[in-house]
Amino acid sequence: MATDTVHDTEQELEVGMEKLWGGGDSPFRSEYGKLMMWYFLLSDAFTFAGFLIAYGTLRFSMDAWPVPDHVFSTTPFGGEGMPLIFVTIMTFVLIVSSVTVLRAVQEGKLENSMGVVKWLVATIVGGAIFLGCQAWEWTNLITVEGVTLYNTPFSSHVDEGTYISLEEAKQMNPALEERTTMVSVHNADGSHGEEALPYLYDPVTDQNFFEKVDHHAFHHSEGHEPKKYVGKPFEIGEPYLVTYNDGQYLPGAYKIEGTNTVMAEEMGPTAFGALFFFITGFHVFSGLIILLIIALGSWSGVYRARNNGHIMVEKVGLYWHFVDLVWVFVFLAFYLL
Amino acid sequence: MAHTPGLSVAEQRSEDIKIGVKGFWILLAVTLVEVGLALFLKDVLPGAIVRLAMIVLSLYKAYYIVSIFMHLGSEIGGFAATIVLPLMLLIWAIIAFLWEGDYTRNARNAVEDPRPGAELPAEEPGQTSMKSYEELSKEITIG
Repeated sequence: MATDTVHDTEQELEVGMEKLWGGGDSPFRSEYGKLMMWYFLLSDAFTFAGFLIAYGTLRFSMDAWPVPDHVFSTTPFGGEGMPLIFVTIMTFVLIVSSVTVLRAVQEGKLENSMGVVKWLVATIVGGAIFLGCQAWEWTNLITVEGVTLYNTPFSSHVDEGTYISLEEAKQMNPALEERTTMVSVHNADGSHGEEALPYLYDPVTDQNFFEKVDHHAFHHSEGHEPKKYVGKPFEIGEPYLVTYNDGQYLPGAYKIEGTNTVMAEEMGPTAFGALFFFITGFHVFSGLIILLIIALGSWSGVYRARNNGHIMVEKVGLYWHFVDLVWVFVFLAFYLL
Repeated sequence: MAHTPGLSVAEQRSEDIKIGVKGFWILLAVTLVEVGLALFLKDVLPGAIVRLAMIVLSLYKAYYIVSIFMHLGSEIGGFAATIVLPLMLLIWAIIAFLWEGDYTRNARNAVEDPRPGAELPAEEPGQTSMKSYEELSKEITIG
């Protein structure tokens, strides 16, 4: 009885549709779920556009902003000063996974379940590699360089100036108090220790002034010589990284060209860290889980049993391509521009 | 990528593979050009041209993914329009919000911390549109 009712409703619906557009075919000649997937992606596109426009607005509203070539210039295994190389590899992985999911959709159209499983597994592997690369990049940004949701030590200079030594700073402003702080160091033999690091303190503005070094000054074991900064001039727009070591930010002391005021490096825009972690962290993980579910479903034969041409694979393929599409613009906004 | 009638499964599969491989090379080439622009041409050419080229190349990549990989190009035109036309709203959103961001920067610089690149000069006191209570009370007459 129930079956008859459903059947009748379907009949009525078809009759109704004939009246609407004078043919038996649906106007978009597409499956309902696939259309809705597209509209979901449209709404998701607005979400990500909102994120990226927020990034652009905040960037336009600041005088100083981290320079991408400077922020993303490290690679695993100790590579430094290699801008964009690592992220290019990540993009390559995502392009490959985009092609593998395309192949899965195509095999689905040919009703080849095992082909679908094979290519979706390949896509999951690609997605996992991408996620691993992202995880490494996050780890490096958080633990080595000190970028967190609330702190962005990367920025760019808004003045022309020169890094100065503590003696020079003390001469220029005798009111500064000489102090020392204990910093943790990594010794050449792999052990950890503590060293006393002198700095100047301004009680009026509650500002610390350190002699500018990079983090290799505290890692004696990596075979990198710390860079010499003191006495080095810099220009407007030149990127810098407030030195970070084990939870402490050590802003370098400098003087602006033509003045006699001791300045300390300012932290970069707070929004940068928050935007970077939120935007890059938002989408790939959920994409991976959906892919895994669809691969299992295809493997168990449920789509073949439904006999609707593996349309579910096509829908999830759309979602995965969308993940790739979002990456095109994340790559543009965060890494290129 | 509709299932072309008249092709055997093996023929269709080799067609499919061709589409995938071609897409792979196009996306890879465009990405490498973008990275090359960022690494080598940023200092040589004016920044605006390099940025514009990057944006155009990224839009081309987006078009390629949507049209070929997601098959929107082979859907009915009206359907493709329901997806693409709403996105046109973003054009003004981008212009308006970036404009607003730039305005915020200039306004902030004008009031607190003039930096190179700020366009608005700090206004003279007395020329502001804000009026003191004394002035206002003189202007407003009751009754």
